[in-house]
Amino acid sequence: MLTDLALLFSKLSLLAVGGVNSTLPELARIVVTEKHWLSATQFSQLYAIANTAPGPNMLIVTLIGSHQAGVAGGLVASAAMVLPAGVTAALVAVLFSKHQNARWKRLAQAALLPVTAGLVLAAASLLARQSDTGWLTAGLTAAAALLTWRTKLHPLWLLGAGALAGLLFL
Amino acid sequence: MGFGGVLPIIRRVMVDDRRWLTQTEFNELFSLCQSLPGANVVNLSFAFGAREGGASGAVAAVTGLLSAPVSIVLVLAGLYARFGGLAPVRHALLGLAATAAGLALGSALRIASPILTVPRNMLLAAAVYGLAFGLHISLPLIVLGMLPLSLALSWRLVP
Repeated sequence: MLTDLALLFSKLSLLAVGGVNSTLPELARIVVTEKHWLSATQFSQLYAIANTAPGPNMLIVTLIGSHQAGVAGGLVASAAMVLPAGVTAALVAVLFSKHQNARWKRLAQAALLPVTAGLVLAAASLLARQSDTGWLTAGLTAAAALLTWRTKLHPLWLLGAGALAGLLFL
Repeated sequence: MGFGGVLPIIRRVMVDDRRWLTQTEFNELFSLCQSLPGANVVNLSFAFGAREGGASGAVAAVTGLLSAPVSIVLVLAGLYARFGGLAPVRHALLGLAATAAGLALGSALRIASPILTVPRNMLLAAAVYGLAFGLHISLPLIVLGMLPLSLALSWRLVP
C-alpha cells in the first residue's frame, strides 16, 4: 500500500501543472472510480477538510494517504507529492539563477495558463457534482463561489458558515 | 498560520520582515515555480532553500513549511475516521464539502476569467475542460496532448 501511494503521488506531482488543484480530476478518477479507495462523497469531504486546515493546498494528498494507511500513509503520500516537483524546481532555480531567460518563462506561462484554467474548472465542477445533492448544498456552492470570486472574504468564514448550515438544515 | 493560502504570509516574511529577497526577486522566483509542476509554494521553498543552502537548505525549507500543516491535517484525519459517521458531524461535513466546492469554483474563476477573454485561450481551456471533466481522459494524455498545442499557439504571440 505504501508503495502504491508513493508511485501514484510521485506521478501526479510531475503532472500538477499550475498547482496541485489541476490534478484533482485525475486524482478522483483514480482513487474513486478506478481503485475504489473512497466514495465520491468521502473524496469531496476530504477535500473540504484539507481546506479548513492551514497550509499549502496539497493537504488532500496527506488525507488520502492517511485514509489508506494511517499516519505512515499520510507522510509517504505527502513526501511523494512534493519531492519530484520540488527537486525539479530546485534544480531549475539553481541552474537558471544566473542567466534568466525571460522569453522562455513568458512563453511557458502563456502556454500553461489555459491548460491550468481548464483543469481547475474541471476540478471545481467535479467537486460540485460530488457534493451538491440538493438545493441547499447547490446554493452553498454557488454562494461560496461567488464570494470567493468577487470578494476577498476569508475562506474560513465561508467554510464555517457552510458547516453550520449543514448542521442546522441537512 | 497559513489559513486559506500561504503565499501572502510567505511573501511578507521573506520580503518585508527578513529581507531575504527583494520584491522583484520574489516575483521572479515565484513565476518560475508557477511554470513548473507541483504546489507553487512548496516549489518556492524548495527553490529558495536550494539556492541558499543546497540540498540541505531545500530539505530544511520544505520541512519547515510542511511539518505543522501535515501534523494538523493528520489529527483531523483521525477525527474524521472516528467521528465522521455521527449524524451531526455528517451533516456539517456535507455543508462543508459543498462550500469547499464553491471555494474551488471561485478560485478557478479567478484564474480563468482574466485569460478567457482571448479566443485562443478560451478554446484551449474549453478543450481541456471537456477532456478532463466530460470524457475522463487521463491527465498524462491531456498534458502531453494539449501543452505542446498550447505552446505552439503561444509561440508567435509572446515577444
